[in-house]
Amino acid sequence: MTPLRTLVLAAGLTVPLLAHADWLVGVAGPFTGQYASAGDQIKKGAEAAAADINAKGGVLGQKIKLEYGDDACDPKQAVAVANALVNKKVQFVHGHWCSSSTIPASDIYNDADILMATVSTNPQVTERGLKNIFRIMGRDDQQGSVIGQWIASKFKDKKVAVLDDKSAYGKGLADEIAKAMKAAGKEPVLRESITAGEKDYSGIVTRLKNAGVDVLAYGGYHTEVALLLRQADQVGLPLVVVGGDTMTNSELVTAAGQLADRVYFTFTPDPRKNPQAAPIVERFRAAKIEPEGYVLYAYAALQLFEQAVTQAGGVERAKLEPVLRRGKFDTAIGTLEFDEKGDLKKPAFAVYKWTGGSYDYAE
Amino acid sequence: MGYALQQLINGLTLGATYGLIAIGYTMVYGIIGMINFAHGEIYMIGAFLSVLTYVLCTALGLGPTPLVLLAMLFVSIAFTALYGWAVERIAYRPLRGAPRLAPLISAIGMSIFLQNYVQLTQGARIKSVPPLWQGSLSLWSADDFPVTIGWTQLTVVVVTLIVMTGFAWMITRTAFGRQQRACEQDPKMAALLGIDVDRTISLTFIIGAALAAVAGMMAVLQYGVIDFTIGFIAGIKAFTAAVLGGIGSIPGAMLGGLLIGLVEAFWSAYLSPEYKDVATFSILVLVLLFRPTGLLGKPDVEKV
Repeated sequence: MTPLRTLVLAAGLTVPLLAHADWLVGVAGPFTGQYASAGDQIKKGAEAAAADINAKGGVLGQKIKLEYGDDACDPKQAVAVANALVNKKVQFVHGHWCSSSTIPASDIYNDADILMATVSTNPQVTERGLKNIFRIMGRDDQQGSVIGQWIASKFKDKKVAVLDDKSAYGKGLADEIAKAMKAAGKEPVLRESITAGEKDYSGIVTRLKNAGVDVLAYGGYHTEVALLLRQADQVGLPLVVVGGDTMTNSELVTAAGQLADRVYFTFTPDPRKNPQAAPIVERFRAAKIEPEGYVLYAYAALQLFEQAVTQAGGVERAKLEPVLRRGKFDTAIGTLEFDEKGDLKKPAFAVYKWTGGSYDYAE
Repeated sequence: MGYALQQLINGLTLGATYGLIAIGYTMVYGIIGMINFAHGEIYMIGAFLSVLTYVLCTALGLGPTPLVLLAMLFVSIAFTALYGWAVERIAYRPLRGAPRLAPLISAIGMSIFLQNYVQLTQGARIKSVPPLWQGSLSLWSADDFPVTIGWTQLTVVVVTLIVMTGFAWMITRTAFGRQQRACEQDPKMAALLGIDVDRTISLTFIIGAALAAVAGMMAVLQYGVIDFTIGFIAGIKAFTAAVLGGIGSIPGAMLGGLLIGLVEAFWSAYLSPEYKDVATFSILVLVLLFRPTGLLGKPDVEKV
C-alpha cells in the first residue's frame, strides 16, 4: 500500500474514491427495426430504474451508468453488439429481447463472465447449460401450454389452426401450443409457417377460411398479426387470434384498427396491478410514461442487479452468481426466485384481450 | 371451385402491384438497356409519401374521405416522380456512354443511399395506417366457399386498371409515346430526327417512378404496414415479373406481374406458404435459363 493510499484510507475517503467509477450495465434490445417499440419500452424502464437507484445513492456507493446496444432483433448484429458491450467492460446485461438474439449473445457474455437478466422466452435460452442467464419472464413452453389449454377449454367447439413465423420465438411458442392442445384433446386443423416481414398473407388466410378456421393460435410478432387480421377481414373471415407476450405492443392497434379487438394473448399478470409496483407506476405516470409491456421488466432487471450486488458485495461472477441463484428479490414485477437453470421458480401467465386500444384480463 | 376463385382474386390483386412496379423496370431497360436497381426504393418512397400525406391530413382533422385518398395519390406521385428524375440525373446521366458496369453500380449505390436516407429521416420503426375501410363485397356464394373481394382489394384492382389503360394510351397514341418508342428502337436515329433523347429518358424515369408511387400507395391501402426495407423484396419480385414477361416489353411486364401474383397465391393455397418465395425465384432462374427473352420479349438482334 502506497503511503498516499494509506493516508486517504486514514482520512476516511475510501467511499468517494470508489464511487468515482460507475457500474456499467449493458441494455441490449431492438432499438431500431420492426420491433423498436419494444426496445423503447425497455429503454424507458431501464432509464427510470437507473435514475431512481442513483438518486438513492447508487449501489454500494457507486452510480449505475447504462450502455445501450441495438441488435435490431438480428442475430448477427446481436453478436456484434455483445462483443462491443464486452469491450466496453459492462458488468451486467439486461437483454436481449428477441430469443434469436439472446441465444447467440449469451455465449459471448458467458465467456466474459458477465451475468444477464433477459425477458426472452424461448426454452433454449436457458436449456444450453449456460449459468450466466437469469430469465425474469416465463418460458414459451410454459406460456405455450397455458395458451394451448386455454384454447382447448374456451374454444371447445371451434376449429383452431396453429401458425408460426419460423423465428426461434414464434416456432417455439407455436410448437408448445400445438402440443398442449393435443394433450387436452383438441387437434389443430392446420399447422403451417409463414415468412415474417412479408406483406401479403392473403393466400394463407384464404386457406384458413377454406379449412373453416375460427381461431388462429399464432407464434410470432405483432406486425404479422395485424396483416393477417386485415387480410382475413378482406376475404370475409372473422378470425380470432391468440398469441404470446409480443401482442402487448400497441402498434398492433395502430395497424389493425378495430380488428385488434379480436386478439387474445398471454402475458405475465399485469405488473402494473402489482401492489409492490404501485409507487413506481405512479412515478412513471407522473412523468407521462405508461409503464406498459416491458417497461417494468427493464425496471425490475435493474432492481435485481441492485439487490444482488448489494448482497454479494461486488459484481464478480464468483460472488454474484450464487446470490442470484439462491436469493429472493423484491422487484416491480413481484418476488423473483431462480432455479438451477436460471428460470423463474414461479412464473405466472394470464390471458388478456385487447378492447378499444387497451388490454385487460380476458374471461 | 370457390376456393380457387378466391385465390385467383388474391393473386390478381397482388399481381397488379407487381405489374405496376415491373413497368418501371422494363421501360428503363427498353430505353437505356440497364436494370434500374434503385426502382424498388422508389416504390418504397412512394409508399412513405402516401403515409405522410395521410398523417398530415389526419392531423388537419380530415377523415379517410375520397378527397384525402386522391390527395395521397397525387402528392405521392408528384414527389416520387421527382425522386425518379433525380435518380436519372445523378446516377445515370453523368455515366451515359460509360461501360455498362458503371451505371449498374451507381444504381445499386443509389438504392443503398435511398434506403438509408429514409431510415434516417423517417426512423426505422414500421409506419402503419389503420384500415381505411373494412369489409368486403360478396361475389358468389353458390358454392360451399363464399367468394368475396375486399373493398381495398377492389380499389387496388380498379385503380391499377385505370392507370394502366391511361399509360397504354399514352405510349401508343401520344407524341411523347412515339418519341419514347423511337428512342427505344434507335436513340441515335431518333436524335438525328430532332428528338431530345435525354429529355425522353428523363421522362421515362419520371413515368416509371409515378407508376411505382401508385403501387406504393396501393400497398399502403391494402396492407397498411410499411417500413424502409419493403422496396428490396418488392423490387426483386417486380424485376422477376419483368424478366418473365420479357424485359423491355411493356405488355410483358403487366402479364409477368399478374403471373407472379398468381403463382404466389396458388402456391400458398395448395402447397406450402413457407416456400412461396422459392417458387417465385425459381421462375426467375428457369426463365433466364430456358427463355431469356421472356414470354413477350423480342430477341435482341445484334446490329452490325
